[in-house]
Amino acid sequence: MSQLSKEIAYNGKQEGSVVVTKLDAALDWVRSHSVWPMPMGLACCAIEFMSASCSRFDISRFGMEVTRFSPRQADCMIVSGTVTYKMAQAVRRIYDQMAEPKWVVAMGACAATGGMFRTYSTLQGVDRILPVDVYISGCPVRPEALFDGLMALQEMIAREPALKLLKRDRPVKPLYFS
Amino acid sequence: MMTEKDLELQNALLAKYDYVKARSVRSADHASFDVPADRLVEFATQLRDVEGFAAVQDCEAIDWGVGAGTRFSVIWHICNHTTHLYIRLCCDAADNEHPSVPSLCGVWSGCNWIEREQFDLMGVNFVGHPDMRRIMMWDEYPYHPLRKDFPLAGVDVPYYDEDTVAQASIKVQPAPQNGGPFVATAGTTKRSSEPCGLDQEWTEGHRKN
Repeated sequence: MSQLSKEIAYNGKQEGSVVVTKLDAALDWVRSHSVWPMPMGLACCAIEFMSASCSRFDISRFGMEVTRFSPRQADCMIVSGTVTYKMAQAVRRIYDQMAEPKWVVAMGACAATGGMFRTYSTLQGVDRILPVDVYISGCPVRPEALFDGLMALQEMIAREPALKLLKRDRPVKPLYFS
Repeated sequence: MMTEKDLELQNALLAKYDYVKARSVRSADHASFDVPADRLVEFATQLRDVEGFAAVQDCEAIDWGVGAGTRFSVIWHICNHTTHLYIRLCCDAADNEHPSVPSLCGVWSGCNWIEREQFDLMGVNFVGHPDMRRIMMWDEYPYHPLRKDFPLAGVDVPYYDEDTVAQASIKVQPAPQNGGPFVATAGTTKRSSEPCGLDQEWTEGHRKN
């Protein structure tokens, strides 16, 4: 037992199931590997999301497969598709109904910039109404690209000061256009 | 090309109903008629009850341009499930400022939504329609966006939902054209005539970043 105080590295035989870490890192580790996405399926990118969530591409390899179709039970909104001005208010309201902490992924050209729909009826990028964390390019997005974007989101979550953001006055994320 | 069956049908109907005329713009495929607005419903009822044209397939409006004598025409596509023949009815809207034509909802109730679409996007009023509201754009939208004098990019309009405006302060803005709908222009070289998004810098001015 006298050796214990000299060793710095983790030794499972001596310390049992104790791991020393920072609380932030522990929280981020938990959060980033249990993202609960909600597909805000509005167009063809939603079809790609369906194939991404099925067994061939298998979203569950990355710890974010618990897709929920209610905003109350999800913490990551995947806006997949063209957002029209008529739909924009519904998208914003659904985002407001999600509980903190929450993240937004703009999946595909339309959600990120309006895509090819440079017209009177289409919102030119969902970042005008939501604080977007990750943009994914593609028209439509391949499942591999979606996973790449979601893994980027995981890395982003892993760097968050989770403890600071746990406080009740969590700062409202700013919009890109404001 | 019009087949013999289509021509036969067109001639038979022209002989039977003397108030309709063959379409002035020659039809490329199916029988089509110019129908005066005051007898449109009567002719449509005859088509349904006597001639067996049971279903409406589509309704569309044409904007002939701002300076045209008759600016708006409305066309209905009718089909007969027994003979497998199609008919087009064309009706000119009398007034260019506030165009209106009779609604055929009373004859084919399938006209309901497709006539609302024409009202929404082209601004043609269908007299006798049971529910003449917008169907695509939101109710407060002040324009009819598929008219020839409306820019594709759109125009500045306040957003209609107070909550969203309070949260995100958006409004409806003209869309930038770069990377948008591809337009081919006649050019001297292959390179200059390639389809590309129009460069309209005036639509980019609202970006604040």
